[in-house]
Amino acid sequence: MTSVASGVARKKKITTGAVLMKVSMVLIVGVAVYWLGLNLTNDPRQFAQVTVNGLNNGLLYALIALGYTLVYGIIELINFAHGDLFMLGAVFSFAVLTELLGAQSPSGTNYALLLVVLLLTMAFGATVNVTIERLAYRRLRTAPKLAPLITAIGMSFVLQWIGLKWIGSNPVNVNTVLPATSFEISGVIINFKTLVIFAITIPLLIVLAFIVNKTRRGRAMRATAQDKDASRLMGIDVNKTITFTFAIAGAAAGAAGIMWAQTTGTVAYNLGFQLGLIAFTAAVLGGVGNLYGAVLGGVIIGLIQSYNDGLAIGPGQRWSQTMVFTILILLMVYRPGGLLGETAQEKV
Amino acid sequence: MANTALETTAPAHVAASGNRKWAIGFASVVSFFFILNKFVLPAANSDVQRFFNNWFSLTSMAEIMIWILMALGLNIIVGYAGLLDLGYVAFWALGGYVAGWLMSPFFSSLQLNFFGNPRTGFEFGIHFHVFLVLILGGVFTAIWGIIIGGPTLRLKSDYLALVTLGFGEIIPQFMLNGADIAGYNVTNGAQGIGGLDDVNLFGYVIGTFALPEKFLMVSLMAGAMIFFSIRLRDGRLGRAWLAIREDELAASMMGVPLWRTKFSSYAIGAVGGGIGGVGFAILVGGVYADRFNFVISIIILAMVVMGGMGNVWGVVVGATVLAWINSIGLIQVGEVINNAFGVKVNFPSYQFLIFGLLLVLMMLFRREGFIPEARMRMVMNEDKLEDEEKVTDETKIGHH
Repeated sequence: MTSVASGVARKKKITTGAVLMKVSMVLIVGVAVYWLGLNLTNDPRQFAQVTVNGLNNGLLYALIALGYTLVYGIIELINFAHGDLFMLGAVFSFAVLTELLGAQSPSGTNYALLLVVLLLTMAFGATVNVTIERLAYRRLRTAPKLAPLITAIGMSFVLQWIGLKWIGSNPVNVNTVLPATSFEISGVIINFKTLVIFAITIPLLIVLAFIVNKTRRGRAMRATAQDKDASRLMGIDVNKTITFTFAIAGAAAGAAGIMWAQTTGTVAYNLGFQLGLIAFTAAVLGGVGNLYGAVLGGVIIGLIQSYNDGLAIGPGQRWSQTMVFTILILLMVYRPGGLLGETAQEKV
Repeated sequence: MANTALETTAPAHVAASGNRKWAIGFASVVSFFFILNKFVLPAANSDVQRFFNNWFSLTSMAEIMIWILMALGLNIIVGYAGLLDLGYVAFWALGGYVAGWLMSPFFSSLQLNFFGNPRTGFEFGIHFHVFLVLILGGVFTAIWGIIIGGPTLRLKSDYLALVTLGFGEIIPQFMLNGADIAGYNVTNGAQGIGGLDDVNLFGYVIGTFALPEKFLMVSLMAGAMIFFSIRLRDGRLGRAWLAIREDELAASMMGVPLWRTKFSSYAIGAVGGGIGGVGFAILVGGVYADRFNFVISIIILAMVVMGGMGNVWGVVVGATVLAWINSIGLIQVGEVINNAFGVKVNFPSYQFLIFGLLLVLMMLFRREGFIPEARMRMVMNEDKLEDEEKVTDETKIGHH
């Protein structure tokens, strides 16, 4: 299909298809910017309020997206079970913190318990993820791509079933240990919960970035992602490195799970599917395989969803999911590499 | 562009598919259930009636036929062309709504009757003949297959899976929210479109509750799909699909136009979903948005994977078994086990576990499915083969 190199440098051909792509992309971005601008001038206070809410969700999405991006980066697998791992994390934290330890109202000891259970949930998420990798994905590492992908879908169903058996088919209310208090900055209400999310997720993200970028293990991860065989020749234990990656991803999902349960006050067995897809969209938006991309993508998706749900002029909440998936599809069409990634077109 | 190399060496199985024994087998199974339910059971004693209604109720038999149709449609995309589609339920929904729009009183401001069979008193709305609806349903979903596939088929395979998944979510959500699109009621939202016209075949009217006749109708549709699946596979296009599934690069060097071939697998695969959607809408007498969810897409995929990707008979068996387990098998077998061991296990609640484990275990131990096609077995177990046996190279569906 591609032309044979002729030796003479030729001018790049401008096709109508390419022009159409560019024009339509500019048009879509233009409409989005116009929509946001319209809302900003219409009611700046509400806009700021919705932005704060969006950041709140966006950081949670970022934590989940991180797991997708790490796993995809290292073994090129869309880990469909990751969203359900997040759900199990939320359910686990509910079972331990709310039911077993009885921490159901704000108090000093309960805050301490929250931190302890946060660590426990992260350990739980890491264990489950590593177990799944050990039992299933590792054995399919050299298999055709369809096999691990379908396995991941199967795992997602198994995890959902565990959640279903654990808390039943109806959403469960969680009495959170975080107080419902809030304060106001020039008309914008900021919840205490939002601050807690900032205080927990941002350090977590920094620690994760540090692990991947600065430590020996992190360097091994990046090397394995680039070239498994070369890494093996350089003395890197590839299996251990992949296990470690799954552990980190699982821990991040666990942390996101407990934060979700504590801030939204509900857990449900089917939480993971929708949120997993949203988070994966976030990972793709940022550029899958790119750590900072996942965070950026998570925040952007959180903001967009919040703008869609909360702004006076807009499609409204019932189109929330459609909005996210439309972004996913548009991204695939216009920029499959994401905002910070490289292009991912297959040669045809 | 000539595919002479492909055409001169006709595959060995062409001769095998030349015999039409399957048609006799299929027809006898279908007519057995038809005659049984139409003539024998109404006259039989209550024990016999209960046995058949519990284990082989005609409703679920008819639904199995729809599942076979769906699975064969998806098989064209996943099994033949090797492209993963995780949103096949979108085509089911689209086909269903075509039936809902074109053969019901739903668009009450219009009055359009084109060989249709409106109920008396409900002459308003659009009423097309069922053949026309089937054709239009197929065309409509094919167009959507092109819309979905068009811009995305150049992407990496797992990205393609995501885009299809996205569409599989968006389209049912559109149907669910479609009661108010800029003031117009397009899909009647969560209530769905009910009261579809009775099918009128050359003067013979299949009533709303004429289940044996409806079963016969969807069985004919499934039979036609089996026929087309087999014929397509052996044709020039089918061989091109198999070629790109196994090695894209080699196929394109042999003159197979990659993009156009992938494109056509998407469009034709979608038609199966569309026609199945129309059939299902007629079967239940309406179309309801909340039935179309991601789990359906995965169940159809599981049918294709379990039976044996690419093999028509594998897929038919996979669809039959899984659809039966899903509708009555799990309940009935569970009841038998509960009675035999005196336990009270809620077997249907294990559905997620069973489907999940099934997918995982199949991928771990029998990737090619239970009734695989010899070529597919080699493709899926490429990593276990010796070097000289390999049918794909590292650039294909294979690894990275």
